[in-house]
Amino acid sequence: MNLLGKLDWSAIPLDQPIPLIASAVAGGAVVAVLVYAWTKGWWPYLWHEWLTSVDHKRVGVMYVILACLMLLRGFADAIMMRSQQALALHGAAGYLPPEHYDQVFSAHGTIMIFFGAMPFVIGLMNFVVPLQLGVRDVAFPTLNSTGFWLTASGALLVNISLVIGEFARTGWLPYPPLSELAYSPGVGVDYYLWALQISGIGTLTTGINLVTTILKMRAPGMSYLRMPMFCWTSLASNLLIVAAFPILTATLAMLTLDRYLGFHFFTNEAGGNPMMFVNLIWAWGHPEVYILVLPAFGIFSEVFSTFSAKPLFGYRSMVMATLFICLVSFVVWLHHFFTMGAGGDVNAFFGISTSIIAVGTGVKVYNWLFTMYGGRVRFSVPMLWALGFVVTFVIGGMTGVLLAVPPADFVLHNSMFLVAHFHNVIIGGVLFGVFAGYEYWFPKAFGFRLHEGWGKTAFWLTLTGFVATFTPLYIVGLEGMTRRLQHIDNPLWDPWILLSGLGTVIIFLGVVSQIVQLVVSIRMREQLRDVTGDPWDGRSLEWVTPSPPPTFNFPVLYDVHGEEAYWGIKQAAIAQEKLHQEPDYHAIEMPRNSPTGIITAFFASFMGFALIWHIWWMVALGFVGAYATFVIFAWRDEDEYEIPAEEVARVDRARREARGPEWLATLERPA
Amino acid sequence: MLLLPLLVGCTHQGVLNPAGPVSAGERTILLNSLVIMLVIVIPTIGATLGFAWWYRADKPRGRYLPDWAYSGRVELVVWSIPILVILFLAGVIWVGSHDLDPYKPLDSQKRIRPIEVQVVSLDWKWLFIYPEQGIASVNDLVVPAGVPIHFSLTSASVMNAFFVHRVGSMIYTMNGMVSQLNLQADKTGTYWGQSAQFSGDGFSDMHFAMRAVAPAQFTAWVGQVKGRGAALDQATYAGLTKQSVFRQPVTFGVVQPGLFDLITSQRIAPQPGPKVGRAGPQVSPRTAR
Repeated sequence: MNLLGKLDWSAIPLDQPIPLIASAVAGGAVVAVLVYAWTKGWWPYLWHEWLTSVDHKRVGVMYVILACLMLLRGFADAIMMRSQQALALHGAAGYLPPEHYDQVFSAHGTIMIFFGAMPFVIGLMNFVVPLQLGVRDVAFPTLNSTGFWLTASGALLVNISLVIGEFARTGWLPYPPLSELAYSPGVGVDYYLWALQISGIGTLTTGINLVTTILKMRAPGMSYLRMPMFCWTSLASNLLIVAAFPILTATLAMLTLDRYLGFHFFTNEAGGNPMMFVNLIWAWGHPEVYILVLPAFGIFSEVFSTFSAKPLFGYRSMVMATLFICLVSFVVWLHHFFTMGAGGDVNAFFGISTSIIAVGTGVKVYNWLFTMYGGRVRFSVPMLWALGFVVTFVIGGMTGVLLAVPPADFVLHNSMFLVAHFHNVIIGGVLFGVFAGYEYWFPKAFGFRLHEGWGKTAFWLTLTGFVATFTPLYIVGLEGMTRRLQHIDNPLWDPWILLSGLGTVIIFLGVVSQIVQLVVSIRMREQLRDVTGDPWDGRSLEWVTPSPPPTFNFPVLYDVHGEEAYWGIKQAAIAQEKLHQEPDYHAIEMPRNSPTGIITAFFASFMGFALIWHIWWMVALGFVGAYATFVIFAWRDEDEYEIPAEEVARVDRARREARGPEWLATLERPA
Repeated sequence: MLLLPLLVGCTHQGVLNPAGPVSAGERTILLNSLVIMLVIVIPTIGATLGFAWWYRADKPRGRYLPDWAYSGRVELVVWSIPILVILFLAGVIWVGSHDLDPYKPLDSQKRIRPIEVQVVSLDWKWLFIYPEQGIASVNDLVVPAGVPIHFSLTSASVMNAFFVHRVGSMIYTMNGMVSQLNLQADKTGTYWGQSAQFSGDGFSDMHFAMRAVAPAQFTAWVGQVKGRGAALDQATYAGLTKQSVFRQPVTFGVVQPGLFDLITSQRIAPQPGPKVGRAGPQVSPRTAR
């Protein structure tokens, strides 16, 4: 028996310079950062204040940092795909052989959805939801930290596949029988399976955590219909996580049993049914789309309302539309495979149910429109992303409804038209949404605003690049080009592929601008300081606290009287030309930091790696380690510490100082 | 709406320039649905940008209504417009899904007897068996123009999708299962055919020509192929199923009767996959160019 299972030196792709150099650069950068932090003596600070933090704000920020890194990794894959196709015309082979190109597009999809979009959305929900609800933390703080670290563990496994072994060559959803052992004997699919299973546990716990938080932990007086829109969409999204992610876990577990223990759930032989996998994976996969986009809708609702200086139009109808989308998203999955030959009745049912979702989305778009009506619209960076979203998203929605019409789908399915469509809604919807949220809540998280000029540059470059990249793909899809081609043998498609490649260059400039914006903003942080904690003239409770908020978020829990909790408080203060009376400050109990999450994830990463390579002793060690960590956590006696009343009073008095009469005078309403 | 002629112009070899009744029907539905939605999408985009501009904070044109957040009438309209559009579209979907169901025989079958073609997707090429003619070909689908074709499709290994975009609907091919497809090419010509479902490293080379020729020419082609060249029996088929890419089409003058049924009923075992774990030239056909 080999102590290292299937692992040997042949797993290192010494014959392939691209992954070797890429991983050497990435690994070198990580080591450099670690060493730099060491020499600066930052490690104790990082460990105590961040890595072991159970503060929902810190966990949220770490989620977003992970998401940004993974978005860059996924974008590097995108550049490789666009450039490979642009170089592999007229019989040229390009620079990525098929077995490498297949890994690139599989990794691109997997990373962008599971480790880019999901952590970004979850990070924003984590940071914002407790603040908007007016409470001090999420329901299960340590579980929250564990969820984050398990997600990071999954991301780590995917990236390790770059240099040890290979990643899946099956697409971002590994359809069997291609993903079965018979046709994918390598470790690629196993990397995919274990990375997603480990991070999936993290996602599920986050879902449970946030649902509990929203249902059970609201500020006094904040009834369901007084919650900000973002909390509603977060609730819907997390309910979908709780309902849908177990389907993903079960489906991948069945594929794992096929691959590891010779089961026949989805094999060609012995009564296996690959079509069942396709049904199950999309029974999770379509709700997943709304898990991502509903929080983005919530962000846009906040942004439209704040930057139009008006309440959200049709709040109750928005809540209804959100829950409507949430429910209907479970009965549309078959539209991902109309071409399986299900027959007219089935296809028509799912085609119609899919377009019915557009009703909910349409209502939302109109409500945002009427939020601007009669408003005072400020074109700050978050608002630009929101306007860009509406324009691009209705086009993406339209092409989506086209694809929901089965006869049209029969000639557009799996074409570049489909690729253009889902990038249209995921970039135009989810990514523009999280970028708007990032710009909007950044000052709250770090106490200074982001540079406006660079933000606008990034927006316009990204929008232009996005249009330039995906419009040609729509057209080439109508020309019959299918997705996932490693080289282009049909010369009719060449010009569009080249144009699309040019568009990617513009998106790249947009990405660079956003990085520059961050760097410039950090250097100019004193000029960009958010002194009052309310930089955008906000309307919900996160703007009542200082930026960045203290650990305990709120010195006293506010009594909520209306739909826009903070707006009401602010209007009262303006009317009386002073803040409300200083309250009685009491000591606050907060959860202690805990290394449970990072240690569990440490063991889980080893367990995942060992499972991929069949190193069974390490599997046992990793599992026992992860389990023991949790048992030790469960046995601890002191899980809270007290922040004395004087400290609470000091923080709140500083806040009241910053919000003096001069500040109130600046808030006079426009006529 | 101005975009439509542009789109059609840009895609003269695409799905908007159909070569048969199925693709023509699909184009009609595609364009109808597009127009139905553009009717609301264009005003919505216009109104979004218009409202934002009209109420811009630095130079507003309209009155400020800081508390205007509800209007029953607006809500009614806001829900009605999408509902009405979707109701209308639902009709299009219902009728279209049934009319253009790939399994449904074409109208022309009442007058003309369809040609039977059995399709097997292999790693990574297409096998076309003409059971009535007793011949077969790889990556070369010859059909008579103006005659309905009834395809029975399966896969020797992984999932693929049979797709000739100018002639019409695609459909999945799956091992151990038979899917059906009815198509017809009205105009003679050579049409680009391909797999539309990713199936592994040789996927990009998995394209074929669908040649629609005059009926007389089709008969002549059958005569040319018939009885000549290799025979397609279980042994030849086993050779074909090895993972490979075919640059040149191949024809078989004799086909073992019932071969397709042996494949679909798995009495011929599914095609084997690669033996080697990690990808490399030895398992995936590097395109020699």
